[in-house]
Amino acid sequence: MAESDGPHLSFAPLGDRALLIEAGDKVDPATTGLVAAVTARISNSPPPGITDIVPAFCSVALHYDPDALGEEAEGAAPYDAMVARLQSLLFDLEAISPFEGRTFDIPVVYGGEHGEDLAALAQACGLSEDRVIEIHSAQTYFAFSTGFAPGFAYLGNLDPQLRQPRRDKPRVRVPSGSVAVANGFTGIYPLELPGGWHLIGRTPWSLFDAGRNPPALLEAGDRVRFRRIAAAEFDAAARAQSWR
Amino acid sequence: MALNVRRAGVLTTVQDLGRHGYQRHGVPVAGAMDAYALRVANTIVGNEPGDAGLELTLEGPAIEFEEDALIAISGADLGAHVADTPVPMLRPVWMAAGAQLEFGAARKGSRAYLATAGGVDVPRVLGSRSTYLRAGLGGIEGRAVRRGDRLPVGAVAAPCYPKLKAVALASKSRFAAPHWAASVHPEKMERSPQVLRFVPGRYWEWLPAESRTRFMGSEFRVGPESDRMGYRLLDTRLDMPKREDLLSEGVAFGTIQLPPDGNPIVLMADRQVTGGYPRIGDLASVDLGLAAQLKPGDRLRFERVSLTQAQQLWVTQERAYAELREAVRGHMNE
Repeated sequence: MAESDGPHLSFAPLGDRALLIEAGDKVDPATTGLVAAVTARISNSPPPGITDIVPAFCSVALHYDPDALGEEAEGAAPYDAMVARLQSLLFDLEAISPFEGRTFDIPVVYGGEHGEDLAALAQACGLSEDRVIEIHSAQTYFAFSTGFAPGFAYLGNLDPQLRQPRRDKPRVRVPSGSVAVANGFTGIYPLELPGGWHLIGRTPWSLFDAGRNPPALLEAGDRVRFRRIAAAEFDAAARAQSWR
Repeated sequence: MALNVRRAGVLTTVQDLGRHGYQRHGVPVAGAMDAYALRVANTIVGNEPGDAGLELTLEGPAIEFEEDALIAISGADLGAHVADTPVPMLRPVWMAAGAQLEFGAARKGSRAYLATAGGVDVPRVLGSRSTYLRAGLGGIEGRAVRRGDRLPVGAVAAPCYPKLKAVALASKSRFAAPHWAASVHPEKMERSPQVLRFVPGRYWEWLPAESRTRFMGSEFRVGPESDRMGYRLLDTRLDMPKREDLLSEGVAFGTIQLPPDGNPIVLMADRQVTGGYPRIGDLASVDLGLAAQLKPGDRLRFERVSLTQAQQLWVTQERAYAELREAVRGHMNE
């Protein structure tokens, strides 16, 4: 395989006002690095008419206004004009190391009222609660993609021992800050939301705040470690948050 | 200047053209379901197309005007009236201070838009005034409009349609509208089954040929669990070979997904930013307004177009919108 023909990207329409740039078909560090590089390059020099850039596991979605390249398109379909623009923008792209992102050490109180499913999850995995906590807080996770809710990030590299499908019956209300696992991912509910993941703990940190810029704490490309704290520390931090 | 809400209606929310630029932080776009209808109403009253108006759903509110106000109503016909006099749609209407504008149940379509000159002036959240109910963002404290709310309206530099205003203030019915109306085609809203054009998506070819034929040849019904986030379509099920390894990727307004139960879902204004079900197609953006006017129980079918056709239709629509703006401007000093 020739490494000199630039990045292995393919383009596909996503309806008439968006397109997908595909960087691979499986989640591996090379694909992740390429997704991060595409996102960074387009964010830094966006072609006219781009309204949103949405990195995901293996692809980047670009939302655009088909009317914005009007003159440039000169009879060509706006999609083709946009792809041509992107090809010349991305031809010399190199994957960014997925291990250069920011790292967050997020405090979590595990189990009890703060993580109601810890006992059931431990039982389903054939582990003790303490062992689940050890495993969960030992790993460094990678934020592959946002989605599901404002400020939510799918954190991958969950230890296979903790892999369980979603709960059969989703909860109507999951408290904000809940740390949960399902389907090989872990994640943090940024707001009070309905949800079907297994709740194992809770962080006092605010993952999403519309008054902040950027509003989400985590972005695709970031790394996350979970640091175990005592319930008293959570309560003190939660009180401090509410005073602000 | 403000609008005082005397009755809230089923679901009345503040909406503009959506919260763009924050999807990478997981924030849905939201915004008007029938964005073209909101743009038309805004244009008629001299607003920018992206100013905020009210989206009225299925059964509308009662609104009292604190001061004289210039309004326009577009989208669904919710039987707007002041006292017993019907208020016409798609044209400027001057309301005298104290007039109460009441809406009833939808006669045609399901979502109407009320634009007021100056726009609903709630604070922007992440660049937009749109209400996103699930996360409590934007609009009035992130929620639907309630009885007793006072909705502030922005200042207007130069009032439009001065003669019309004089007629309204002298009128017994407390409002006045001209004879002309913006030319859009509301009759399309009444087709049954509704016909929505779509562009095949990435997994279209994965559908067995028989399912592709059924998708284009059969009718669907909008299911009861349909809302601003998406429509569940019933009555025609499709078969998709099972795939375990699909990873979530970006989705768009009008993306048609096929979950394992075989009943397609059309993603609408409040859709999440990514989705993991196979994407069999995407609605042509010019038909999103017609989709937005469907309600549970309505019937529809799909008609295939190419990507190039869909984009051409969009560009043509934008030209028509620019012409409409020009035409309306020609009346504004009357």
